[in-house]
Amino acid sequence: MKYLDEYRNPDIVKKMFEEIHAITTKPWVIMEICGGQTHSIMKNGIDQLLPDKIELVHGPGCPVCVTPLEQIDKALDIASRPDVIFTSFGDMLRVPGSSKDLFMVKSEGADVRIVYSTLDAVKIARENPDKKVVFFAVGFETTAPNNAMAVWQAHREGLTNFSILVSHVLVPPAMEALLSSPQNRVQGYLAAGHVCTIMGWEEYIPIAAKYKVPITVTGFEPMDIVEGILLTVHQLEKGTHKVENQYARLVKKEGNLPARDLINKIFQVSDRKWRGIGEIPLSGFSLRPEFENHDADKVFDLGEIKVDEPPECISGIILQGLKKPHECPAFGKKCTPQNPLGATMVSSEGACAAYYAYHRFEKTKSEE
Amino acid sequence: MTNVIKPENMSCPLPISNYDTVQLSHGSGGKMMNDLISKLFLWAFDNPLLNKKDDQAIIEMNGQKMAFSTDSFVVDPLFFPGGDIGELAVNGTVNDVSMSGARPLFLSAGFIIEEGFSMKELQRVVESMRDAARQAGVMIVTGDTKVVNKGKGDKLFINTAGIGIIEHDFSIGSSNLQADDVLIINGTIADHGMAIMSQREGLAFEAPIKSDTAALNGLIEKIIKSGGQDVHAMRDATRGGVAAILNEFAEDSAITIRLKEGLIPINDPVKGACEIMGLDPLYVANEGKMVVSVARKSAEKVFEVMKADPLGKESAIIGDVVLDKPGMVTMQTRIGAWRIVDMLVGEQLPRIC
Repeated sequence: MKYLDEYRNPDIVKKMFEEIHAITTKPWVIMEICGGQTHSIMKNGIDQLLPDKIELVHGPGCPVCVTPLEQIDKALDIASRPDVIFTSFGDMLRVPGSSKDLFMVKSEGADVRIVYSTLDAVKIARENPDKKVVFFAVGFETTAPNNAMAVWQAHREGLTNFSILVSHVLVPPAMEALLSSPQNRVQGYLAAGHVCTIMGWEEYIPIAAKYKVPITVTGFEPMDIVEGILLTVHQLEKGTHKVENQYARLVKKEGNLPARDLINKIFQVSDRKWRGIGEIPLSGFSLRPEFENHDADKVFDLGEIKVDEPPECISGIILQGLKKPHECPAFGKKCTPQNPLGATMVSSEGACAAYYAYHRFEKTKSEE
Repeated sequence: MTNVIKPENMSCPLPISNYDTVQLSHGSGGKMMNDLISKLFLWAFDNPLLNKKDDQAIIEMNGQKMAFSTDSFVVDPLFFPGGDIGELAVNGTVNDVSMSGARPLFLSAGFIIEEGFSMKELQRVVESMRDAARQAGVMIVTGDTKVVNKGKGDKLFINTAGIGIIEHDFSIGSSNLQADDVLIINGTIADHGMAIMSQREGLAFEAPIKSDTAALNGLIEKIIKSGGQDVHAMRDATRGGVAAILNEFAEDSAITIRLKEGLIPINDPVKGACEIMGLDPLYVANEGKMVVSVARKSAEKVFEVMKADPLGKESAIIGDVVLDKPGMVTMQTRIGAWRIVDMLVGEQLPRIC
């Protein structure tokens, strides 16, 4: 299949692995930011073919995983109301709040619908003027333009029955938060290709310079990831710390300017709480005041929702790359995709779910 | 009736689940459905025929072995590229009966119709059942009709049951896979599921994706004739996709399945649609695809027979059976590493980004 098979070509990937093995002389810790990359690494077994000296740690770039529990409880509260049609991308539906998930609320009679684009939710609002239609706007910079466009359209058409429950987070502040932590082990980053498709990679230049870490904007196919690792190891071995762009077929330095303009028109940067990490200043988006009639947080009287994480869940430590999923005592025992303790086990992009699905028996290799 | 055991009062070492109510995922072909089946249905109906957990029960009456199976169809939309609910209802049960190596003969058809459903569409469905039955060589010999109030059902649900006779002495079933078996699939995967999804979500692709619905009894007859007792198991890869049935094989037979990525055939438009939706085609439903497990010494012969059949033109050998990790399905990735192919908990969910 064109534009895909080329990037899964085992011969090219093999050559890149050989090069990584040839140039690696010291131990290095590299973090892939994005959950999509974690998933691809596990699905393809990329980690198994790297030199022992290179350790991949899995970053906080899974939108499902970092959405705080109270935000999910808010979603459940709104979705349960009789005058509401609650819309969401599919993978938020199985994420447990403190007592239920959206699937359970749906089975109790709530009108919860999976959509594939936020604009579909706007369409539902247009067709159901007597209902309040809410979209669960979860995600990084990647999904922000789509959500901004939805709010813009609803605003322009005067669809006052459309709102979004915003849980938008930003990648660069999280990278900085991790690097400035005294426990930080990360020496190089694979930046999230899709995020950079929208935002470009200029904002990573000061981070690379300040913390002296190489950052490689990286895609999601096996070839992308292995090449991203290769470029990063090259820099680590040479002692340089530039921002390089492996995903140049989609990412421009300045990103997607019309998309960025739209984001700025609708959203403002604000403090955000990250599940498992805590509040990071200026690390997310919220709607600008002029769009507050489309802001579910303002439209609905939600009261004070405060909840605690299950104490056994160490997803915060995992999202910071300090521990691997299988090092958690609950992994695969008390915590499975069927009964997840934390979001990292729920989303298919969550590090714990990826470890469970693809590698829960450490060695799956059979005799040749 | 003082001895009635109520599930809610039973003291079972394992709870039914953590759910007080039935979730959609309980019908998805994944782990939640398996849990519901084993912890409630098998527990309640407990008998050796059912406990084998095959898609059909093998019953013996007066020395004649027969296969008996049932399936319900609740597909939305009722009409889709490549077929409709009527054709599915016939082919699905014909296939479930046939996977034991039985020759399907008779079907029943139960209709649950929502008040107000178009008579013209009902006729279209029934005619397509008639045609599918004719093509599969089975007769619909008994039936039932119920109409429910508007809003109490979604247009039309169909249940079919089927009986076939078994004219061989081989044991074919999901608990019968053996070391050094070879796994063969009769063609491309994920066509049905993606055809339905693209209709349901109004996604238009350049080349329309068509359901693969087909009755496989003719092909199965040829497979049994050619492979004989070396045919160890057959199962159609419906809900939960190829991954689900391979996991059932691995678990029921306590064997390990080794797959090789890239050997499982898939049509380009289907692959593209799966990529766009973030779905793994291994878990997407088929309605005319099955995996056959056959001893290596007969594999080539069976493979050739399958390739020669119109419903097996794109057959492919996708993996084999070893014993080192009982119950597991593993896959060698394109780049040479290994991973697990797990069974899903519930249905696959499209990802955020």
